[in-house]
Amino acid sequence: MKIKSEIKRRLLQIVAFGYSNPFLSNFPAGKIYKGSFKNFCNPGMNCYSCPAASLACPIGAMQAVSDSMNFSFSFYVVGIILAIGALCGRWVCGFLCPFGFLQDLIGKIPVPKFRLPKPFKYIKYIVLLVFVLILPAAVTNYMGIGKPTFCEYICPVGTLEGGIPLLSTHAELAGTIGHIFALKMTILVIVIAGCIFVKRFFCKVFCPLGAFYGLMNKISIYHMSLDKSMCVRCGMCAAVCDMDVDPVKELKSPECIRCGKCVSACPKKALKFSLHHRNNTLQ
Amino acid sequence: MKELLNKIRPGYAGIVLGILFVIYGVSRGEVSHVLNKAINICLECIGLG
Repeated sequence: MKIKSEIKRRLLQIVAFGYSNPFLSNFPAGKIYKGSFKNFCNPGMNCYSCPAASLACPIGAMQAVSDSMNFSFSFYVVGIILAIGALCGRWVCGFLCPFGFLQDLIGKIPVPKFRLPKPFKYIKYIVLLVFVLILPAAVTNYMGIGKPTFCEYICPVGTLEGGIPLLSTHAELAGTIGHIFALKMTILVIVIAGCIFVKRFFCKVFCPLGAFYGLMNKISIYHMSLDKSMCVRCGMCAAVCDMDVDPVKELKSPECIRCGKCVSACPKKALKFSLHHRNNTLQ
Repeated sequence: MKELLNKIRPGYAGIVLGILFVIYGVSRGEVSHVLNKAINICLECIGLG
């Protein structure tokens, strides 16, 4: 039963990665998809400058609207991720996010894993507030146009999925590489190294989309419940959690990506995912 | 007031608010900005500033 749940999750992650990046033939050609699917946002982190990408990145799209001269806030993109977050919280991170899937694969490398100190988890909220929401709208040129500051200075997803493939096939672009590319490559190397030694390093520390979905964990319709009468406080749920959450203490933690490992690990079946709220011993 | 808020179920309110945001965003033409950005190579995203 435990193995089956994890296999199902992996299969769904592979499917999500597939629909997010179906245009593989664009890689050698150095092209990107220019069709109408890009009117819509991917629920997870996937750079729209990836040659294979079919959908728009929600964080990039948010900045694209807010840094324009016409708008300072994107109701369209925020509405999409608000609705998704209110429905399922950070479940997207555990099942649908392409970059989350890549981190899970990198995390399979058999080296000792470490836990990050708790203050690190607050960095992503600063990234969301400052680099995604405030700076693109507030720091503008004389025409009122800002910059997508998260994409430009931080996002390792864009560097990995867009920068490296496109710069390797466009010699004219490669000739303009400068210090910003060096900064982003440094961040990418730090993130990949972090993912090798810390499970879901980017999700824990930097991801602004995960930060937003995590805030929705408290109110999402799809949520985890704990039957306290069945819980024997064995600690198995906390031991298997990739996000360093103790579900017994923090059932609706904003760090929880709803992967279900704790539910599978619980020997007493005290943890469950549910759509319904009940008034008994369940939290 | 607390019982009323519990009955409203914030999750459903979030979904409704999200849908309203989407409708408003579409009505004021934000989608064209998203598409225009997404179908052109984003120089900032790939590290060229």
